[in-house]
Amino acid sequence: MWFVRIDMTNRSAAVSEAPAKYKYLAGRAMTSTLVADEVPPLCHPLGPSNKLVFAGGITTGTPAPTSARISVGAKSPLTGGIKEANAGSSWAADLAVMQIQALVVEGQPAEKGKYWGAYITYDGKPKVEFFDATEYTGKVLPEVFPKIYEKFGDKISICSIGTAGEFGYGNSGVVFNDLAKRPTRYSGRGGLGAVMGSKGLKFLVLNRENAPGVHIEDKALFDEGRKKMIDALRTHAITKPKGALNSYGTAVLINIMNEAGGLPTRNFSSGRFEGAPKIAGEAIFETNKERLGKELYNHACSPGCIIQCSNTYHKVDGSEHTSCIEYESDWSLGANCGIDNLDHVAELNALCNAYGLDTIETGVTIGVAMEAGVIPFGDGEAAIKLVHEIGKGTPQGRILGAGTETAGKVYGVKRVPTVKGQAMPAYEPRAVKGIGITYATSTMGADHTAGYTIAPEILGVMGKQDPLSNEGKAALSRAFQATTAFIDSCGHCLFIAFAILDIASGYQGMIDECNGVLGTKWTADDILKYGAEVLKKERAFNEAAGIPKEADRMPEFMLKEPLPPHNQVFDIPESALDSVYGEL
Amino acid sequence: MKIDVRLYATLARFAPSGSSGRTFEVELSEGSTLGDLIHFLQLPIDEVKLHFVNAVHQELDFPLQNGDEVGIFPPIGGG
Repeated sequence: MWFVRIDMTNRSAAVSEAPAKYKYLAGRAMTSTLVADEVPPLCHPLGPSNKLVFAGGITTGTPAPTSARISVGAKSPLTGGIKEANAGSSWAADLAVMQIQALVVEGQPAEKGKYWGAYITYDGKPKVEFFDATEYTGKVLPEVFPKIYEKFGDKISICSIGTAGEFGYGNSGVVFNDLAKRPTRYSGRGGLGAVMGSKGLKFLVLNRENAPGVHIEDKALFDEGRKKMIDALRTHAITKPKGALNSYGTAVLINIMNEAGGLPTRNFSSGRFEGAPKIAGEAIFETNKERLGKELYNHACSPGCIIQCSNTYHKVDGSEHTSCIEYESDWSLGANCGIDNLDHVAELNALCNAYGLDTIETGVTIGVAMEAGVIPFGDGEAAIKLVHEIGKGTPQGRILGAGTETAGKVYGVKRVPTVKGQAMPAYEPRAVKGIGITYATSTMGADHTAGYTIAPEILGVMGKQDPLSNEGKAALSRAFQATTAFIDSCGHCLFIAFAILDIASGYQGMIDECNGVLGTKWTADDILKYGAEVLKKERAFNEAAGIPKEADRMPEFMLKEPLPPHNQVFDIPESALDSVYGEL
Repeated sequence: MKIDVRLYATLARFAPSGSSGRTFEVELSEGSTLGDLIHFLQLPIDEVKLHFVNAVHQELDFPLQNGDEVGIFPPIGGG
């Protein structure tokens, strides 16, 4: 396995054997360990000491289903703490088959305003060449990606940033290509696009030709695990073909969160949105059917995915408007802004993808701007104009691009739904207490994927728990956070959890696959320990970066303002929040 | 008694409008349970996974009251 280090100070690259001490690290475990080991916790996130680290998971690049995930890590400009943001793309598989365990981008060029691309090929070992990419900056990504395919051919995979990353926004993602070569798959959260931009790096282009593939230590065990995983994904009602995810996409959650009174609406002022059915996954499906004259099922975001939950949304004339309207984006740009027009939501989504923005941070920031009276709630056209301002870097656009917390301060808003500087996702903590504990305590800032207790609290996956009860929720969040840290390292998409938390053989399949690749003999206990170790490293980095346990708190308005329809506040005691990591 | 009902996702085909999330009224005899409602609507029980009464998930033996709002879902997930 290789370590590829790109130093942008002088545009040099070093390819070396991966250090033995990192042998079993992949995905989030790899990126977070490297950031913890090599990035000074007190450095400026956009300065020369920060490092941007890319790593595929343990099974990435193998025939394991739904495993083409990439972890991107650095110190976050948004939270000031450690960040891992995860995406599905052929780019992940290509990095893995080139046997690159970690790709590290470090340093910073002295010259301002010039951008570069790195083109990585394989010839006995990975090889890096640089090209001037300045001509591709200041443009929208759908214009730029085809030019890079034209330059390097169809077989490549592309990682890039939009203008959001070039402007250094706290709201800026790192984007990867999807299977239709669109710039749509985002490691969106935490401003990692700005870290890449701060290094003068516009592209990381991979060409997998002649790559040796992933070495699998015990092929028989791996295949056994892979079969168990496939069986679980193909039989579980949520993940199976033409099941909920494949038919309606992740936005199928809009209606259920609304029905449960936990769909944050108009900047987290209600748990119910009267326009929910108009923007839900079912509405996307029906609108496409009407406009295309046929049913359209979803597609895979990355090679080898058998869940296939990514949608495309079509205009009245049948042409493609955007891909993919995820639940989080649909909610943040829709319900959270009081917008019930699906065409407006689609346009906002398309603009986030075009400018390189995180849809969650964008929608929540606009919600705060609406609260401040900048534009009215529900005004989709005005919201579209604001996103153009962000993407073009106007003075107001720069304030909004800095993220929800900064925008809240600038506009004097007290209802600012963030933890550790990161905007909250699409589940209202006053109506679903366990996910609130995850938001409050995660090393990532408010992040639903860090410990998705929604599975038992709302969806009835892994049993059914009362979302309004506080009972046992700290332990539930802790267990989910540790398991997730492993899943984020194993290469699989987090959505395998729906199947494997209900189907025990699927869970064992994941462990077998990993043992097969690495030649380890891990048990279910071992993988929880592995996940917990990742969390401990991240937590230690945050503490050294000046983020104490007192940062594991909800914004004050959630403790004081009862949220309709349940009229509850977030009432998890501070001692319970502290126990999540205190008892890890 | 009258119950306001919404059916979602693949269960929408059993709603009078065929539309997901559109409210329709059902008249049931006093003392009916959530399970009785599902039986009345002739929903295939293996497709029914999650059922909310007035924004709270309830089991099938839950007794309904006049004016209750019920939302019924098949197994769904996302994130």
